[in-house]
Amino acid sequence: MTTAALSIAGLKKVYADGFTALRGIDLEVKEGDFFALLGPNGAGKSTTIGIICSLVRKTEGAVKIFGIDVDKDFAAAKRLIGVVPQEFNFSIFEKVGDIVEVQAGFYGLSIREGAVNTEKYLKRLGLWDKRNAQARHLSGGMKRRLMIARALVHEPRLLILDEPTAGVDIEIRRSMWAFLEEMNKAGTTIILTTHYLEEAESLCRNIAIIDHGEIVENTSMRALLGQLTTETFVVDLAEPVAAAPEVPGFAFRKVDAQCLELDLTRGQHLNAAFAALDSAGLKVTSLRNKSNRLEQLFVSLTASEGSAETLIHG
Amino acid sequence: MAESTPHLSPAEAKSTLSADWVAFRTIVIKEIRRFLRIWPQTLVPPAISMVLYFLIFGTFIGSRVGQMGGLDYMAFIVPGLIMMSVITNAYSNVASSFYSTKFQRSIETMLVAPIPNGVILAGFVAGGVARGLCVGAIVTIMAGFFVDFTIHSFALTVGMILMTAVLFSLGGFINAVFADKFDDISIIPAFVLTPLTYLGGVFYSLDLLPDFWRTVSYFNPIVYMVSSFRYGIFGVSGDVPVYLSVAAIGGFVVLFWTISLVLLNRGTGIRA
Repeated sequence: MTTAALSIAGLKKVYADGFTALRGIDLEVKEGDFFALLGPNGAGKSTTIGIICSLVRKTEGAVKIFGIDVDKDFAAAKRLIGVVPQEFNFSIFEKVGDIVEVQAGFYGLSIREGAVNTEKYLKRLGLWDKRNAQARHLSGGMKRRLMIARALVHEPRLLILDEPTAGVDIEIRRSMWAFLEEMNKAGTTIILTTHYLEEAESLCRNIAIIDHGEIVENTSMRALLGQLTTETFVVDLAEPVAAAPEVPGFAFRKVDAQCLELDLTRGQHLNAAFAALDSAGLKVTSLRNKSNRLEQLFVSLTASEGSAETLIHG
Repeated sequence: MAESTPHLSPAEAKSTLSADWVAFRTIVIKEIRRFLRIWPQTLVPPAISMVLYFLIFGTFIGSRVGQMGGLDYMAFIVPGLIMMSVITNAYSNVASSFYSTKFQRSIETMLVAPIPNGVILAGFVAGGVARGLCVGAIVTIMAGFFVDFTIHSFALTVGMILMTAVLFSLGGFINAVFADKFDDISIIPAFVLTPLTYLGGVFYSLDLLPDFWRTVSYFNPIVYMVSSFRYGIFGVSGDVPVYLSVAAIGGFVVLFWTISLVLLNRGTGIRA
């Protein structure tokens, strides 16, 4: 039996001004998982991460890292965690190499171990040639990668990333995804918060959605996406049409002369839709989802109850 | 199925004591590197201002003052000026460094690491002491160009300068914990530290003061530091007994350390 990488029970946070950020959440992340913690702004994601990393004091509840209670043995628990915060939190006047090596020292690594791991992770994140540059001279994407290298320098078993790809261009974002997948395959448990839902859908196996300080969904990505009863597809046609085809069983809508939209409910098959279009004499050149599937669910889960029920439960 | 022993990362493999020592050393090196990197702001100005003090008060005015507290006036002001530079630099190093760490949020990198609060505090204080001693050494070398002196009691001299540097480093730390903006770390030095130092017997002996003001001066802790430091260098009895100075400064160090640690443990100003 494997120990949970993260186990949270009854976690509650009330700030000094009386604002309740967390209302007693329970959460478990299995060892080796790639886990998404999603929620709208102000939902409680960063507070949860802050408490796990001891940057925020909890009001109630318990947090265990690989079975170690952070209240009982904070040093042992902290050694297992690496954190990439949402905002840059290094001195911009320090050199890139120094920032990572100093972090290694904070975790007790010897000068030699720190130097070896600094080289290893700066190289892996494409920053080795910047090691002598002051951090203020890095681009936004480089600063994000610097924070990842810094979080990994002590080789944690649990890596927590709070919106690691915010403000990063798509090319770097995809290279960061590949890097994180590689880390996860090598055994590092990863918890990710992000506003790019495509990122969560493509990387994460399990997911929790937090809203107004409560976990509103906690399941596998597959099961969550399976809750979708309706998916909207965009169909591009080879030839223009005057109107949307009247096809029994399918409600096509015309977007423009060569583009249709189709709502496919659970139980309906794309093959049948294609066959229907073919019989109507229409040739399809391409097909895509109208929006990210997770995005559809996320909006519904964090919106009013009525609209959520329509989408998920039909 | 038997559970396999997980591969330990370098951080997991460390004993707590060894890891704490490395973390302490890392903070100290980081702090020393910081004040050396900005040496035109940290090391040069005190050297220049102290040379001006030696020239104006020691050479130009001091030659007309004659003796003070059993010493030539130039010799009399040397210990106070060394102490003054140690006090202001130890204080401002920790105040500005810890505040910047808070402001840039890089304090988070220490808070998420397995470093006990006492080690964080000791690291910052050691950084302040290092700058205080560094500037103190520069001022002492400068003083050597104006007056010949040998050290009467090496242990007392070093002990007093160390305790003073520790005390004011802790003071700078407490100031930085409560500071919300950069202005807040210059208020205490401007309105408390500077007056106390100038009125702390650096430039005059308390014997010159009327009874009332002499009594008031005994409530100024810097009087004790300067007087005992002067005794350590020249062996000339000062304004207050040495044992009282050592006990008072030691007591304040314990008090300030305790306050600083309580503030860190509570997360005042650094944890939500």
